[in-house]
Amino acid sequence: MNLIKNTLNRQIPEGYTPFQGANNLIKTNERKIIDEVIIGGGNKPVESDIASVFDKLDIKDGMTLSFHHHLRNGDAVLNLVLMEIKKRKLKHITLAPSAIFPVHEPMVPLIKNQSITKIYTNYINGPVAKAIEEGHLKELLVMDTHGGRARAIESGELTIDVAFIATPAVDHAGHGNGIEGPSQCGTLGYAIPDLLYAKHKVLVTDHIVDRVKKVDIDGRYVDMILHIPSIGDPEGIKSGTTKPTRDPIQLKIAKNTARLIEELGLIKPHFNFQCGAGGTSLAVAEALKQRMTANKIKGDFASGGITSFLVDMHEKGLFEKLYDVQCFDLEAIKSYQRNKHHLMISASEYGNPYAKPIVNDLDVVVLGATEIDLDFNVNVTTDSFGHLIGGSGGHADTAFGAKVTIITTNLMKSRLSMVKSSVKTITTPGESVDILVTERGIAINPKRQDLINKLKDSKLEITTIDELMKRAHHITGEPKMIPSSDKIIGLIRYRDGSIIDSLYQL
Amino acid sequence: MTRSLLFIPANTPAMIQNADIFEADAIIFDLEDAIHPLEKDAARILLKEYFKTNPHLNIDVIIRINDVSSPYFLSDIKHIMKWPVQGIMLPKASIASVEELDQLLSKYEKRKKNHEPLWIIPIIEQARSLFEVHTIASHVRVKALLLGGEDLATDLEVERTQDGEEILLARQLVIYAAKAYGKEAIDTPFTHVDNAEGLISDAKHAKRLGMTGKACIHPIQIDTINELFSPTQEQIDYAKKIVLAEEQASGKGAFSVDGKMIDKPIIMRAKKLLEKVTK
Repeated sequence: MNLIKNTLNRQIPEGYTPFQGANNLIKTNERKIIDEVIIGGGNKPVESDIASVFDKLDIKDGMTLSFHHHLRNGDAVLNLVLMEIKKRKLKHITLAPSAIFPVHEPMVPLIKNQSITKIYTNYINGPVAKAIEEGHLKELLVMDTHGGRARAIESGELTIDVAFIATPAVDHAGHGNGIEGPSQCGTLGYAIPDLLYAKHKVLVTDHIVDRVKKVDIDGRYVDMILHIPSIGDPEGIKSGTTKPTRDPIQLKIAKNTARLIEELGLIKPHFNFQCGAGGTSLAVAEALKQRMTANKIKGDFASGGITSFLVDMHEKGLFEKLYDVQCFDLEAIKSYQRNKHHLMISASEYGNPYAKPIVNDLDVVVLGATEIDLDFNVNVTTDSFGHLIGGSGGHADTAFGAKVTIITTNLMKSRLSMVKSSVKTITTPGESVDILVTERGIAINPKRQDLINKLKDSKLEITTIDELMKRAHHITGEPKMIPSSDKIIGLIRYRDGSIIDSLYQL
Repeated sequence: MTRSLLFIPANTPAMIQNADIFEADAIIFDLEDAIHPLEKDAARILLKEYFKTNPHLNIDVIIRINDVSSPYFLSDIKHIMKWPVQGIMLPKASIASVEELDQLLSKYEKRKKNHEPLWIIPIIEQARSLFEVHTIASHVRVKALLLGGEDLATDLEVERTQDGEEILLARQLVIYAAKAYGKEAIDTPFTHVDNAEGLISDAKHAKRLGMTGKACIHPIQIDTINELFSPTQEQIDYAKKIVLAEEQASGKGAFSVDGKMIDKPIIMRAKKLLEKVTK
């Protein structure tokens, strides 16, 4: 495999488009959209076993099958399809699930026996990640952003033969939503590109009704319905942490982040905000909530994965709208049912760089990092050893779109500095990252001189990212570089389709 | 002015490492109750290593030692004399134990010529200590008194309640003794870490009685304590007046503000107060 370097000096295989800057390709390239695949109206055939679906759609060797991840670690749909692949001894299947969780362990033997030879996804952890990092996937793993996946699908770059769309409630016309039935997961934003552009679409459900209360999946795009006893485990469908942290270090980071946002003058009427669902992000939201309430500030929207916390802010009138690509908890699901300004957005509307996405209207986004380097490049895909532990999701999309992108992280975790001279894997380019907030100081990207000027009289401890690394190394000592193998097993694809970094076999 | 003092068990590396980031006015590394007898040595070694890496902390550092009758007392003091700390917190304090500690410290300080005198913060946590608390407060090395509510309740054989009725008299005796000798009166920690409202109520009560600060056992309590024990706007304005008057009177000796003569300690207090406010 011949290698070339991109503008971030990362090696990538020849034949792929190298990353050339966060906005260069988007500025120059036209949006490419293939025709939507509309099947038509009327009642849809209902199948009761996966084998019939495979027979009727003639699913065979070499096809590409897609899935969404709204059922998270409770998902039973992808595993159902895997079992059928196994039974039929299909080969060279490409999978395109928007995320892969530990529950998808049954994929591992199918990767090892080359039934599955290529995977596109936005996030991966657990046994499948381990099998891939050990080099068992025949072709390269491609890791997209949420917006980038939508772009790849609508442009025809990622051609999907059959999309299996887990849908908690479906009616006979093939309309569906995620807010009824025993396996509710809320909005279904990540499934929409698959619904529009896959050659065939199968709604997989455990709950058929005469008429769905809300149409989030339009039946005109649907080929058939697969009715099975259960599409998922409700316990696994729930996201992890959706409460503000109680950890004192993270609370300090959150407090200083909120103060920083205030000092930058960003908490003002009509401002737009996004944060993650992790404990620190929610603690930032809580601190913002107090400031907005005290100063009677009303923002226009909060977006992204929606939690009960953001629902509360919306219902208290602190944000006019919630733009929801996925619900993180039961309260968010209920809010989507009852609040008319709690709106579902598709992955494309959320982050597709060519679709004037919501992320471009963000004033502030608060994101995490597993590592950040002296150029502000952020890794949320691997740990320092190169183990796959996540992926961009909307990280690179929101970092690019928001006027101010703030990364929050403990400066040290498990006796290691989180600021590195160079991150193991680049998920989000440093040019999209403006500020790093840690418990031992705040560093501003030198490219944002405007922010540095605004904060020149701040009482917050503003320093440089080099100084933060020095402070961490003073305590932890300077770690040795961890060597990688030379064998590339995957690619990190930036939202514009270029390759920002490679993943290496462990 | 010490508003908040954070207890940190000296055998927990993660907490020690982050001791200086929580914005407490002082940290108390605990060698006493939080440390199992089998871990006393390990805790001292851990602190020794910590101070090697962090010889200049921008915060007051206090060590809670084991009491004078314990087998660990002398070893604690020997170690502390080599560490960059400002004070010693003495459990189960009595005038006799304060004097014993003072003599020992004086002996060590005499040997090490440039050693700044260490303060003592006696913990008033026994019924009999309350009968000599004013003498304890009068000791020149004593910077502040800390009320130890939990041990005191044990000594009194009463239940320690959240409203603190059982330690009301003790609080007042500590406050009166401290005020009588110009020392700080530090309130007992509020041990219900998850009860934020309870902390506010307890701290407000202590402040109303005259406590000048409060110890705490979890970093999550610090912001509340700092806020509640911060000076009033009136105090801040007065301190600003003093500092301004000092600048204008530069080199002219004594001066007055609002008819009151101002000397060096008052200027220092004003500056320190403003420093705390701007933190």
